[in-house]
Amino acid sequence: MSRIAYINARLLDPASGLDAPGALLSEGEMISDFGPHLFSDGVPENIATIDCQGHCLMPGLVDIRVQLREPGEEYKGTLESAGRAATAGGVTSMVCLPNTNPVIDDMSVLEFVARRARKLGLAKVYPYGAVTKGLKGEELAEIGLLSESGALAFTDGIKPVSDAQIMRRALSYASNFGQMIIQHAEEPSLASGGVMNAGETATRLGLGGIPREAEIIMVERDIRLAEMSGGRLHFAHLSTAEAIDAVRKAKTRGLNISCDTAPPYFALSEIAVGDYRTFAKLSPPLRAEDDRLAVIEGLKDGAIDAIASDHAPHDEESKRLPFAQAAFGGVGLETLLPVTLELFHNGHMDLLAALALITSAPADLVGLKAGRLEKGAAADLTLVDLSRGWKIDADKMHSISKNSPFDGHLVQGLALKTIVDGRTVFELDG
Amino acid sequence: MLAETAACAFYQAALLSRFMSEIALDKIRFPHSHLLGIEGLSPDVISLLLDRAESYVEHNRQADKNLSVLSGRTIINLFYEDSTRTRTSFELAGKKLGGNVINMSVATSSVKKGETLIDTAMTLNAMHPDVLVVRHNDSGAVKLLSEKVNCAVINAGDGRHEHPTQALLDALTIRRRKGKISGLRVAICGDIAHSRVARSNIHLLNTMGAEVRLIAPKTLIPSGIKGLGVEVFNDMNTGLKGCDIVMMLRLQTERMGGGFFPSVREYFHFFGLDYEKLANAKEDALIMHPGPMNRGVEIASEVADDLGRSAIREQVEMGVAVRMACLELLSANLDKGERS
Repeated sequence: MSRIAYINARLLDPASGLDAPGALLSEGEMISDFGPHLFSDGVPENIATIDCQGHCLMPGLVDIRVQLREPGEEYKGTLESAGRAATAGGVTSMVCLPNTNPVIDDMSVLEFVARRARKLGLAKVYPYGAVTKGLKGEELAEIGLLSESGALAFTDGIKPVSDAQIMRRALSYASNFGQMIIQHAEEPSLASGGVMNAGETATRLGLGGIPREAEIIMVERDIRLAEMSGGRLHFAHLSTAEAIDAVRKAKTRGLNISCDTAPPYFALSEIAVGDYRTFAKLSPPLRAEDDRLAVIEGLKDGAIDAIASDHAPHDEESKRLPFAQAAFGGVGLETLLPVTLELFHNGHMDLLAALALITSAPADLVGLKAGRLEKGAAADLTLVDLSRGWKIDADKMHSISKNSPFDGHLVQGLALKTIVDGRTVFELDG
Repeated sequence: MLAETAACAFYQAALLSRFMSEIALDKIRFPHSHLLGIEGLSPDVISLLLDRAESYVEHNRQADKNLSVLSGRTIINLFYEDSTRTRTSFELAGKKLGGNVINMSVATSSVKKGETLIDTAMTLNAMHPDVLVVRHNDSGAVKLLSEKVNCAVINAGDGRHEHPTQALLDALTIRRRKGKISGLRVAICGDIAHSRVARSNIHLLNTMGAEVRLIAPKTLIPSGIKGLGVEVFNDMNTGLKGCDIVMMLRLQTERMGGGFFPSVREYFHFFGLDYEKLANAKEDALIMHPGPMNRGVEIASEVADDLGRSAIREQVEMGVAVRMACLELLSANLDKGERS
């Protein structure tokens, strides 16, 4: 069994609050030991050594919202390209949405994705199951059987479950199996025809607006439905102050409700749309500055539980179009870490609190044993240079699709090396 | 500074000349390579376009109308939306200046066969046109296209975003009738939400110092429009008080998903322009409409046809002059440097 010693590291474990110089030992696929005093007398000769040169060795990132395009749209992204993008971004576990083609509303598709990903041996892939058959919002998918096959939670992906009765039953039925429903909160009738945040900018550009209320209304409605059905509810990528506040209040009332957001919603605002920049066309849309600040506030006070990349690859043909026709979404696996670190570098949060949002917190939400340094746990790690400044360059990304809303942004913090099950699967050149 | 003053004096003198084609344009330049919108144009540039257009108004009334300003130039009209007056107006403007004008309508082109906007742009670009006049049903589409070609691009209307030549011809009409734009109170009435004409006019009138009011039912007022510097009214009688100009907009039912107002009858009752509502405006208030009109929907026939007050036909005439000025000034810039 191969043993590797990672020495001269700054060990970071957000879950336990560890932040100390030290070393880590992996044996085979597992972490067998770590701590400030490990190898203080030197590494035994029969152990391979990796010198971390003082950089941060931390648990690999856990990304709970990734769109894979395989099967179905391999020209936009494959399991392999997503795996490479993930590991280059320090992500070692990702949970994918069921909006592939065919949809993951059937055990065979779920097993196909899981098996393909395992064979690649890059970042680990865990699928969500569809709430409704074909993501059509009409009939429940086989939640129990999918659950038995390993679906981590249930969602209709980029579509909301808009029918209140279906949502109520989904919450209720999924709770039989201890499963969570993840909602993309956007009231479709209000959002219809909209392509960016409603308001002065949309009006000036002559673009259809999606009002903030589309998100707020659905969040408020679903909180009631969760309370009524006793189901477990999670909201993905919240972007508005009132929606976050509704979750905050539900939590204080003792409801088991959680939410996440994505980097664009705390690092960008609708100004990024500028002159019809389609890479800034996201769903939910980038909002105004007040909402961006409210998202940061939510991350600080715990109203928001985690950050997910919301990785949504699209080829050039889907984005080089008039704004209204262009696809929604941006790639995010490779920018999740540096953009989240902005919260630390800008003084909003301390380092471990920011990192918890992309490691242990999302892992806990979906019940994954990941995102922490633990003896006996899988050696899924990333080595990070916290202070290195760099410019995000979409052309250099590992993802097949390059549609990053952060292209050209200056950031600080970079994954140098990513380790999955004790194997180095990514190493930064130079 | 000196050069500018000289240019200005030269220009004033030139205006008096009947021999338009003789005027050297090298000192009075339009400072942009495209005309994509009114937003961002300075008052000086707007005045330049209007002055130039003004000079063509008289010319167009002469018997001998043909000039050679654009001789050897190729102008392509690329219209993704149906249009009669704008396309004809551009065609006439280009031909009067001696240019070769080609009309490409979507119905007969490869666009119908699924070609993307950018591919069409690249294809047309390879034919080395000098000016592309583009209308598209998506906001921002004309800007996107302008980034992919080497020629000058004129926005002939993109989605609900802008329709700059319409605003310019409206301004020219106003200036000729009222002698000025600054200080006038202008009401833009009707379907603001779906109107690119409204947006371009708001920008232009604000830039030139007019007071802009919008009058429409709340469902047709887009959110955040006040940020563009307008006052919003939801009642015609109050909104029209003291107005010098009443601009009516066409109800764009083709852009409506339904449910913006209950019926045409009800709309006309509250928001259609008739003499009763018009009585609130100034006695000499000018009535305008970008056309095509829906008679009995947004405007009563007798008001539209009131030659004393309606400038609707004059607007069409000004359209040709304005487009001549735009084509000329943009083409003049093309001589700078080589184009690949």
